[in-house]
Amino acid sequence: MGGFWSHVVEPGFFQSQTVQVALLVGGVVAAISAVVGVLTVLRGQSFAGHALGDISATGGSGAFLLSINPLFGFLGMGLAAAGCMEAIGVRRVRGRDVATGIVLGAALGVAALFLYFDTTFHSTSGAAITVLFGSLFVVSSSTVPAIIACASGALVVVLVLYRPLLLSSVGDDVAAARGVPVRVIGGLFILTMAVTVALSAITIGAILSTALLIGPAATALRMTRRPVTATATAVAIGVAATWVGCLLAYDSFYWPPVNHGWPVSFCIVALVFVFYLAVDLVRSFRLRRTNLPADKSNGAVVRAHPLDTLSTGIEAASASGSE
Amino acid sequence: MADLTESTSADSRTPILELDGIGVWLSGREILHDVKFEVRPGELVGLIGSNGAGKTTIFRVILGLLTPSSGRVLIVGGPRPRRNRSVGYVPQKIALDPDMPLRSRDLVALGLDGHKLGVSLPSRRRREMVDEMLHAVDAMPFANARVGSLSGGEQQRVMIAHALISRPKLLLLDEPLANLDLRSEQEVVELLAEIAKEHGVAVLISAHDLNPVLPVVDRVVYVAHGHVASGTTDEVVTTDVLSQLYGHNVDVIRLHGRILVVAGPSPRADPALMEQLGRLSNPVDDTVAV
Repeated sequence: MGGFWSHVVEPGFFQSQTVQVALLVGGVVAAISAVVGVLTVLRGQSFAGHALGDISATGGSGAFLLSINPLFGFLGMGLAAAGCMEAIGVRRVRGRDVATGIVLGAALGVAALFLYFDTTFHSTSGAAITVLFGSLFVVSSSTVPAIIACASGALVVVLVLYRPLLLSSVGDDVAAARGVPVRVIGGLFILTMAVTVALSAITIGAILSTALLIGPAATALRMTRRPVTATATAVAIGVAATWVGCLLAYDSFYWPPVNHGWPVSFCIVALVFVFYLAVDLVRSFRLRRTNLPADKSNGAVVRAHPLDTLSTGIEAASASGSE
Repeated sequence: MADLTESTSADSRTPILELDGIGVWLSGREILHDVKFEVRPGELVGLIGSNGAGKTTIFRVILGLLTPSSGRVLIVGGPRPRRNRSVGYVPQKIALDPDMPLRSRDLVALGLDGHKLGVSLPSRRRREMVDEMLHAVDAMPFANARVGSLSGGEQQRVMIAHALISRPKLLLLDEPLANLDLRSEQEVVELLAEIAKEHGVAVLISAHDLNPVLPVVDRVVYVAHGHVASGTTDEVVTTDVLSQLYGHNVDVIRLHGRILVVAGPSPRADPALMEQLGRLSNPVDDTVAV
């Protein structure tokens, strides 16, 4: 077994300081991304989350231009964009999407300009790759305290606002009727989302940050019926994918093309996606099995099964038809 | 059925909800004009009107989501406090997809403490209160199902439990019968009547169709073009009152205990055309609010 494990975990993995920083930063960021991600999906703001990731690329490329820490570029631009979206956006969901789209378009234009300047005047040809696709292995250890502080701040906001956020996911009017200041809560949440996405952008790149925000959350939502267990599951999936992704990227140094490691961001995102597919497959397989006898009985039996059946149209139709 | 309200020490003659001369102007248009009605404890009042008549605006004013241009809303005799737990609200639809992880019992529990900051800790008392409320609205069979996966009638019950668990004195329901099949419609109507009669809650429901709520409402508030007329069904739903409300000739026809409100002949219309329409004797296309 020792020989086997030495191939899975290549020698020097845990001793490397780069790997230690990567595991710490990756774990912290994956955890907060999953927590915020579950609420993002529940509140139907996945598009805004994705847009904030893309937009933070503008900040990241700007930071390269000014030679400052890219984290602050991601953060500054993300927060500014979140503020803009909140200011332009009316409270209706459709209005929110339009506001998101307008800010996204404008910011990506500026990102194109910054990246052009980066490559022309700074001869940092790697800027585009680093900003857009990131690498957990180039995060400097000096950035670690700032990352942990931001993640802790985001976690505190989410924990404090947890119940009002959950309630307003059912409907802003329902929450408002309960005395929840929905506008303030919604504004704070989108700012928290911007911070989370900025962290995720430095970890796996601005473009890929959606994968860490939405991926583990979407997978967890398919596995559980309770918001708290969904959050815990999403954290577990996110952290596991990030850590195993780091390991694979480290090992890939010995894969073809030999002596060129695969991008760590690719490894993480691929694992997140594979896990989602696996859960989806298992779920639809179990659904098919449990629905065979249910077709002959009444709808109550279908509903009594822990897996809800309405997400698949055919089962839903047969269930309501037999009621 | 479980006890839904605290013993109401308030005088039963004090209205729970009182709208006094409410006027609303939105972007230069008058949406509501001098809206005046009240709901007393134990009363079930129907807010009746076609789409766009102003029902939702009236709800938004009562909930404090919209500040009226004139008039005032009194709740239990006083102005509406910023954070009022004495009003329960059930929207027409909730915004949850079928696979969102929020169970019926989670949603009901949020009615108890969803406005509070922080994360709720597991509590036996909280769980018992939620169970009791789910029992009361007959929602136990789907207590652990995802809210988004339930049928319209089931979601309605869960939302009623959500609204009632904070023991409000006033319950507002926006089109509770829309999108329900006939059986669910009947069940929800009976549940609402029970909540009002047995537990002294003042219930205000909006509906575009008067007939399903006719057997249970104590009074109706009829809305048309932002104007209202309120009183018992016999007082309000008459040819004279509704014609004045609509500013148009309206016929009220009572048929087998049902009430049909249909547009009458317009005096401005071409007399020859009116004669033709009269011969067709098919009021379907002219129905204004049935």
